[in-house]
Amino acid sequence: MDLFDKFLPLIRDRDALFNTGGPVPTGICMDEIVSQTVAIIDGRETILAGTNNYLGLTFEKKSLKAAEEALKAGGTGTTGSRNCNGTYSGHKALEAKLAEFYGTKGAMVFSTGYQANLSMLSTLAGPKDYILIDADCHASIYDGCKLGNATVIRFRHNDPADLEKRLKRLGDDVNKLIVIEGLYSMLGDVAPLDEFVKVKARVPHSYLLVDEAHSMGVMGETGRGAAEHFGVEDQVDFIVGTFSKSVGTIGGFCVSNHPHFDILRLACRPYMFTASLPPSVVASATTAIDTIKNSPHLREKLWNNAKRLYSGLSEAGFTLGAEPSPVVAIKVPSLEIAFSFWRSLIESGVYVNLMVPPATPQNWYLLRCSLCAAHTTEQIDTIIGVFIKIAHDLDLLPQATEAVNGNTVSINGTLPSVAGAKRAPARRAGGAAAATG
Amino acid sequence: MNKENDILERICSLLGPFNKEGIALTRDTNIATDLELDSLAVMDLLAAIEDEFDISVPLNMLPDLETIGQMADAVEEIVQEKK
Repeated sequence: MDLFDKFLPLIRDRDALFNTGGPVPTGICMDEIVSQTVAIIDGRETILAGTNNYLGLTFEKKSLKAAEEALKAGGTGTTGSRNCNGTYSGHKALEAKLAEFYGTKGAMVFSTGYQANLSMLSTLAGPKDYILIDADCHASIYDGCKLGNATVIRFRHNDPADLEKRLKRLGDDVNKLIVIEGLYSMLGDVAPLDEFVKVKARVPHSYLLVDEAHSMGVMGETGRGAAEHFGVEDQVDFIVGTFSKSVGTIGGFCVSNHPHFDILRLACRPYMFTASLPPSVVASATTAIDTIKNSPHLREKLWNNAKRLYSGLSEAGFTLGAEPSPVVAIKVPSLEIAFSFWRSLIESGVYVNLMVPPATPQNWYLLRCSLCAAHTTEQIDTIIGVFIKIAHDLDLLPQATEAVNGNTVSINGTLPSVAGAKRAPARRAGGAAAATG
Repeated sequence: MNKENDILERICSLLGPFNKEGIALTRDTNIATDLELDSLAVMDLLAAIEDEFDISVPLNMLPDLETIGQMADAVEEIVQEKK
């Protein structure tokens, strides 16, 4: 008998998959970060197409400068929790910046986005309250529910009618916290917030929390997220977000207009019992929020990149998430195919995320790309070309798509006329073997 | 047929789409080990049960719902509480 016996099935699964030689998803090491979109992995220059770095702000000049100055002035860390010695003027300034950005009375900063969700979910709803979560919510939301004492009900993904049915079963005389995400990280689909707020308005004592982790910086005129995009911010009670995506660093936050919001500083355990963010991180986050607000051109570039990748892959015959968004997920039939596809991508100099159940909805195996405003059109076309080449090698695209308007797809160069690629029926360019590129 | 059996029967029919191997279903059938439902599938089954009986079955109860019989008992209890 061994403490680790329970992991034997997981160990077997891992070894069966990983011990076949070559790179493995959990073993990727970025030896050198060349830019927001390129890294050296295993000696190879690799396009980064799965980093959540939506606006490419990790190397933004003003953020770098602010971080450097704060590092020198405040040191490498605070060595303290927010309620003890871990609140510096920078933390207060960041919270003020978030409150100003979202137009809310209150703002709290957490050490990670994960802890922001753990805090809010475990603390806002107590033993007599109910939490209703969208089925596709992130693990941090499920974990936050587990950490707390509320009764947890799950409703069908992006289905306001299903939510309403479940809310009504609970009755009017209990508090109900509805939890959804603005943009879902697995398939890149957006929550119909305009519909959800109507449901909330019809059901007494219901509150709405929106996790804008993947929509902040990405949606809305000033980048506040899905609630801004739908014009419903005044009907959202709590917005949770992260600094580890568009903001380009690490940390999490929650903003709210609730008059007693600040009391959570004395009640949220994942806020109280951890060290606060280091001054450099706080400074770059504060600076990046201004950049997000003032950079509609970055959002436009990001969405153009997203649409180009989505339409290129869609027209080539890949099965994708429902709508173009900065998360583009390619569905593949099995774990084995997903893994060998992913490995071929890495060996062709393209990094994406391999996502498998239970992290994915409906047991799908996904090659998940996330776009960056800093991606060039050429990089997007290279990614498309590599995907098509590998799909042919693995015999995944039954319709020959190597003939794109008579041109042969080359993975080494850019992909000509991708936008004009036809899904079917494909013409075989005179005797050209599949994916010769 | 008494009421408890009726609930069991209805849960078994909801399990139909999940029972790909066509295993014979009894009170003692274990959802995870016998039917090989993963955690996501169990949550989907729960949603189907909620709608079938028009009740709320919190996720908090999941750890105690290993067999079809335990599910039927839980549903019976929730239905009674509602009355």
